Amino acid sequence: MELLTRLISTALLTLRDVMPIFAVIFGFQIIVLRQRIPNLRKMLTGLVYVLLGLTLFLVGLEEALFPLGELMAQQLTNPEFIRGGIASASEALNWADYKWVYLFAATIGFATTIAEPALIAVAMKANSVSGGSIGVWGLRVAVGIGVAIGIALGTFRIVTGTPLHYYIIAGYLFVVVQTLFAPRIIIALAYDSGGVTTSTVTVPLVAALGWGLASTVPDRSPLIDGFGLIAFASLFPMITVMGYAQLAEWRIQRARRKHMSAGD
Amino acid sequence: MSSKLIRYVASLFGSFRDLVPIIVVIGFFQLVVIRQPIPNIGNILAGALLVAIGLSLFIRGLEMGLFPIGESMAYAFARKGSLTWLLLFAFALGFGTTVAEPALIAVAGKAAMIAAQAGVIDSTADAQSSYALGLRLTVAVSVGFAIVVGVYRILKGWPIQYLIIAGYCGVVIMTIFAPEEIIGIAYDSGGVTTSTITVPLVTALGVGLASSIKGRNPMIDGFGLIAFASLTPMIFVMAYGMLV
Repeated sequence: MELLTRLISTALLTLRDVMPIFAVIFGFQIIVLRQRIPNLRKMLTGLVYVLLGLTLFLVGLEEALFPLGELMAQQLTNPEFIRGGIASASEALNWADYKWVYLFAATIGFATTIAEPALIAVAMKANSVSGGSIGVWGLRVAVGIGVAIGIALGTFRIVTGTPLHYYIIAGYLFVVVQTLFAPRIIIALAYDSGGVTTSTVTVPLVAALGWGLASTVPDRSPLIDGFGLIAFASLFPMITVMGYAQLAEWRIQRARRKHMSAGD
Repeated sequence: MSSKLIRYVASLFGSFRDLVPIIVVIGFFQLVVIRQPIPNIGNILAGALLVAIGLSLFIRGLEMGLFPIGESMAYAFARKGSLTWLLLFAFALGFGTTVAEPALIAVAGKAAMIAAQAGVIDSTADAQSSYALGLRLTVAVSVGFAIVVGVYRILKGWPIQYLIIAGYCGVVIMTIFAPEEIIGIAYDSGGVTTSTITVPLVTALGVGLASSIKGRNPMIDGFGLIAFASLTPMIFVMAYGMLV
């Protein structure tokens, strides 16, 4: 019964969130385009599926994964837990004592990215547009690795307290240089994958991690240092997706060279 | 009917597979690192089942609803041939999908708290809520602007990297001048603006536009709208931090 009321209230909230989108789409459709929509019924059914699916998805996450994930983020960043491996309580913690935090950051970043619905959508589209040469799983794993590196580095930054913009600007420089060498076909998709990674599943867990870490590490303010993890998670997938395409290209070229030398 | 059922069960199974990494990570840390039993295991399994059903429904709905809507609108605008209406639609879509985004509302609220703490604004509830609203409108306008630029780029076929690199330069320059407490929020606001419904819709719109215009490659020209939508909020939010 409690679950049912939760389902209904989440469904209403989701509906409220998508209202502006539907207003824009149907407004332009009716006032500007004024065309009969082919397969209208099927499309509307599809929209109902999207809303219903998203509702179940959110309620399930809140029921099962978020409470435990958030609790875990708190426990792992708790100084008492981190001190567990250290002999004297007076000894100051250094960045290496947070090793479980980095590992958790990387693995939870990867795992939540794999389940991210927006990324699945983009990967499906990229697969069909590229005629299958970009694999749905290849892209998702490449983005997942990017998010893993990003979040782990982001937690390291919170622990050490180095300024956020140094990392981000260095990352941008890397992206710019890598763009010069990346296959042209991947560039736009790689840039897109930075933005799609951080959505329904990743943001709440990552925010809990950043918040927990920034409120327990001495001299950090959760309000200022708690931000920035999302920025890391949006930056590194660009690098890994371009890397994925470069790797694929390199392997094709190597196979071709081998093939040619075998033909001689 | 039975083949439909089999297809559904198969997609449900696929969605379960998408959840396996999360379950493994949480299980490992709970049992091996924190060394605590997993609480409410029944709840967790029920929740995971809901997530899997939801995900497979969502994916089915994408193929039936969101993708075709984005594409058919792209084709309709291309046929109509009015640049003004297309750009107006692009702005409305970007603005409309962002202004009510729950993640953005949360971030704007926290940003107002920071601003009050730093003494930039009064710490009254009134001042904070008007600061938060201003920030939300700023981000929504910036996303609307981003989609307009992104759509125009698709029409013209400009290479995306020049625009994005120029945008990065903008971010770096703004970072030098922006107050320090706004930088983290500004950088994060790029990532939180793009929601689960917006992304498939905007992607289908871009790919649809690129495929309906002669000489555009949907792979090279069709993607990239999301990239603009994640970039411009950073610049606009830092500008907001400097002005307010």
